[in-house]
Amino acid sequence: MEVAGLAKRFGHVRALRGVDFALGSGESLAVFGPNGAGKTTLLRVLAGLLKPDGGAVRFGGRPLVSAESAHRRRVGLISHHSLLYDGLTAAENLVFYARLYGLADPRGAAAGALAAVGLGDRAGDRVATFSRGMVQRLAIARALLHGPDVLLLDEPFSGLDQHAAAALRELLGRLRAERRTMVLVTHNLDEGLELASHVAIQVAGRFVSLGPRDGDLAAYRARYAEATAPRA
Amino acid sequence: MPSVLAQAWAIAAKDLLLEFRSRTAFLSALVFTALVLAIFNFARDPTAVSAADLAPSVLWITFAFAGVLTLSRAFGLEKENRAMDGLLLSPASRTAIYVGKTAANLVFVGAIEAIALPLFALFFDVDLLPVLPPLVLVIALATIGFVSIGTLMSSMAVNTRYGELLLLVLVLPFLVTPVSAAAAMTAKILALRPSVEWAPWLRLLAAYDITFVVLCTLVFEYTLEE
Amino acid sequence: MTAPASFDRSLRRSAVWIGISLALIAAVYVRALAFTPEEVTQGLAQKIFYIHAPSAWVAFLAYGIVGLCSLLYLVFKDPRLDLLAASSAEVGVVFLTVVLITGPIWGKVVWGAWWTWDARLTLTLFLWFVVLGYLVLRGAVEEPGRRARYSAVLGILGAVLVPFIHVSVYLFRTLHPMPVVLRPGRPELPGAMLVTTLLAFVVFTIFFFSLLARRYAWARAVDARAQQEAERADAS
Repeated sequence: MEVAGLAKRFGHVRALRGVDFALGSGESLAVFGPNGAGKTTLLRVLAGLLKPDGGAVRFGGRPLVSAESAHRRRVGLISHHSLLYDGLTAAENLVFYARLYGLADPRGAAAGALAAVGLGDRAGDRVATFSRGMVQRLAIARALLHGPDVLLLDEPFSGLDQHAAAALRELLGRLRAERRTMVLVTHNLDEGLELASHVAIQVAGRFVSLGPRDGDLAAYRARYAEATAPRA
Repeated sequence: MPSVLAQAWAIAAKDLLLEFRSRTAFLSALVFTALVLAIFNFARDPTAVSAADLAPSVLWITFAFAGVLTLSRAFGLEKENRAMDGLLLSPASRTAIYVGKTAANLVFVGAIEAIALPLFALFFDVDLLPVLPPLVLVIALATIGFVSIGTLMSSMAVNTRYGELLLLVLVLPFLVTPVSAAAAMTAKILALRPSVEWAPWLRLLAAYDITFVVLCTLVFEYTLEE
Repeated sequence: MTAPASFDRSLRRSAVWIGISLALIAAVYVRALAFTPEEVTQGLAQKIFYIHAPSAWVAFLAYGIVGLCSLLYLVFKDPRLDLLAASSAEVGVVFLTVVLITGPIWGKVVWGAWWTWDARLTLTLFLWFVVLGYLVLRGAVEEPGRRARYSAVLGILGAVLVPFIHVSVYLFRTLHPMPVVLRPGRPELPGAMLVTTLLAFVVFTIFFFSLLARRYAWARAVDARAQQEAERADAS
């Protein structure tokens, strides 16, 4: 996965101003940054929800984001919004998305995905009755339904209690072991540092540091504080 | 690779299933329609205007308002949990999203009209059975016209301040043609006039439908985030 | 903070043109009142025609520009097209309002009623609603890119709607028994009146473009200032 010179502006506000990075298959990048750094914009551009004003995203040499639906099949997004319908049951939500992705056996795919996140016994219950942690697991099942190569995570831990966060971390660890490429953005260093093979710090629309993970939490805390300190 | 129609069908079926689950929007739209029909009957001087003279206008004012008021629901329900992102992330084409949303709205508004029509016949003492086929044709054409425009507008209005009020302001000018055509034809049909008398309106309405269905499908993608 | 000098220049230039066209309108009106014969049946009321008709022409011209710029915006995504469409809509709504005010004044004298559902007046009324909706929509969307796309969509749909409303109103009038009103056909204008009318159309068109130029220059200046402020916020 290669990202070069990615730029996006909203009116006169430049949300992204030249983001570059490259990730090998199975590598995972954690992007840390304060609110307003353009992290969510970066992820939405990577997901193909926003058109960049400049730069390109390539995956395996081909543009990842394009009008072609074939490319959209390769990306999965997990955000702190569940992208689910509260009025539908867990199974109905997944069957709907399986149909949109044109999967051969929507019901089978939905049942398999539910079992994988440990929600098999709640398949017939409405999402409205789920706890925050269960909703997040279902959201992950939704994102993985079509077997994407690239997984994008937007503050996935926000709003989760400790137990649910631990379960999510374990699930993401498993996905990492499956050698999926992951990009995670968050403002919280405690979350997801151990999941990442590469770490970037994003401030005001660009990466101020980027590299393989080479320090522990304390080391990154110091770097983060330095990068985000207001300049005199 | 699922076809555009299969994707559109999946979206429409999902919308209708959601609506069937809660039924709030449908029931309130239905009660609204019944109330308007009933109130209109009292908002006239019975010695000066007969119910039959007023009937076509009442029918179309009622259908148009009930229709437009319910259209904001289509994209409103995608705002919850940002489900719209899920649709846009999926391989579903933008055309499939528009067609699916419009189809669900047509079923929704059509169901309200199907229930309201006998009520209208009852309140206004109109014998509908002999004129049902042409009347259904007129209702279908006019409904397609304002639902296709309204669905497109609601995709924009849902992302603005005062979304529902704005939707009315944006859509009402577009109702002039379908409502005036439908009301004029309904009057002729109820009066058992020969079809040549309302053929010009029918041609106008058909042209309107074709033009705006095609145009709305083409410009829909520009109402989405990019 | 001031706008860049080039905007100052175009603002000044447009002000000069507005002054010139106002003087020309005054001149045409002196000609209309003092040197053009009175219409026999309508009398003095007909003089309002020299405002009403050119305003209507200019209003529809303005909406034509809105529709065209909207279409071009969706193709080229140039923000200047959006600003031009918005400026044209704002200037157009002024002329539409003039049409809607002068029409009934004339109608009261000549037709005996302030408002008749005359085909052209009705069309103007609905165009006025469409343009107001366009301006309200612009006010309801914050993000400039989205505002431009939304208004372009509405601008195009509105332009396509106009002929449909026209036919609807026409059918409504011809297929309904309407009270017969004194309705002069297309007036056969005698020579002096024709010249005055043509002059009025020309000076109103100049007036419109000078207003449009000023509104557009102002929109560009506001836009440039927003950009400067965004850049300054960036730098800090």
